[in-house]
Amino acid sequence: MASWDWQVFCKDTVSGEVATGCFGKGGDVTYLQWMLSAWGWTLSVAVFALVVALTAGSLVGILRTTPNRWFVLFGNAWTELFRNIPLLVQIFLWYHVIPALVPPLKDFPSFVLVVFALGFFTSARISEQVRAGIQSLPRGQRYAGLAVGFTLPQTYRYVLLPMAFRIVIPPLTSESMNIIKNSSVAFAVSIAELTMFAMQAQEETSRGIEIYLAVTGLYFVSAFLVNRVALFIENRVRVPGMVGSK
Amino acid sequence: MNLDFSFLTWDVVSGFVLKGLLFSIQLTLIAMVGGIVLGTLLALMRLSGKPWLAVPAAAYVNTMRSIPLVMVILWFFLLIPLLIGRPMGAELSAIVTFTLFEAAYYSEIMRAGIQSVPKGQVHAGYAVGMTYGQTMQLIVLPQAFRNMLPVLLTQTIILFQDTSLVYAIGAYDLLKGFEVAGKNFNRPVETYLVAAALYFAICFSLSMVVKRLQARIAIVR
Repeated sequence: MASWDWQVFCKDTVSGEVATGCFGKGGDVTYLQWMLSAWGWTLSVAVFALVVALTAGSLVGILRTTPNRWFVLFGNAWTELFRNIPLLVQIFLWYHVIPALVPPLKDFPSFVLVVFALGFFTSARISEQVRAGIQSLPRGQRYAGLAVGFTLPQTYRYVLLPMAFRIVIPPLTSESMNIIKNSSVAFAVSIAELTMFAMQAQEETSRGIEIYLAVTGLYFVSAFLVNRVALFIENRVRVPGMVGSK
Repeated sequence: MNLDFSFLTWDVVSGFVLKGLLFSIQLTLIAMVGGIVLGTLLALMRLSGKPWLAVPAAAYVNTMRSIPLVMVILWFFLLIPLLIGRPMGAELSAIVTFTLFEAAYYSEIMRAGIQSVPKGQVHAGYAVGMTYGQTMQLIVLPQAFRNMLPVLLTQTIILFQDTSLVYAIGAYDLLKGFEVAGKNFNRPVETYLVAAALYFAICFSLSMVVKRLQARIAIVR
């Protein structure tokens, strides 16, 4: 195997010449800069998709635990639909099919479409966690809430959800780490994220190993960051004397 | 926009899609069997209590599990030709990649399965004079496998969905089959819809099977 050539990251993406200080001047971009911007895209896709996934997933998860039959049916259908189609196919559906069927969506940037694709895909998994979290609470909690005169939404807001969300933080953490990994599938619709960068830079420079190592390292770092943030939140919201507290 | 599915005749389906479907199934089955065998070995290594076996196995599993599958596919597609000194087709490369990648996920399931077998079972095996290998093969693994069967199958459904990611190296799988047909007839919208419906039908019915299996196993236990 050939020797290492880490200088590839300091090369200009157009001329291929090594830039001094590894950053191109006056609009010139080195591979390092390209990679950092790709990292930014990966993180933004993941973070926005996580917001979509948490919102939709919590809502659907809650609906699946209500006494209303139609809500449960809708929630179950949602979960099965988004869980049983591969993510890549879902991304293609959002990118190629939905804009064709709903013309106003044609002007949406592909970034937004991918965020929704990844968000809804992950919402199915999150709805499972949230539902399991709510159902793991003793049934008496719900009855107690209703017995003291809370309406059903109030029971959820003040009794069930505060506990349920704390219980599901660990599985939600691993889902958040999954979403970073899954954001790599966005390469398929030409989002300029890390995997896309890896494929293109590998082709242009033929220094695949160095490029892939750097990209893989950034994925590691990203997942680690998510893990730390989640741990911080978990510790901050801990209820003394309850599940998992010290 | 009106949808027109009439171009999807049997000739088109058998010409473009069938080849891809067969490859997707082949890839899933090989990676499942290979992944479970390798994964069981990795799980046994991690539970062996010998650091020189446990540490490399844990490192392998954790590394595989923290890298996006697409990157793993790209890595192997790049590395295998460098290691064996000649180019390797996308399909074969995908089979190797998925087997090694899924082994990490199956090993976590098997590890949980082995740990779910009561310790007394192992002691009983040793007490009647069985070796480690016999105890594992005849007592622990059959029970672990049985307990974990639903989870192993669920992982296989995920594996089947993930096979669509061979798109990254251009292997001809089920999704690719639909894509090529869509391009040829200039009907990408319809082909992606049918592809989604087919994936859904396959994965949904498999997950129903798993659910029934789960209920049956729960009763027997």
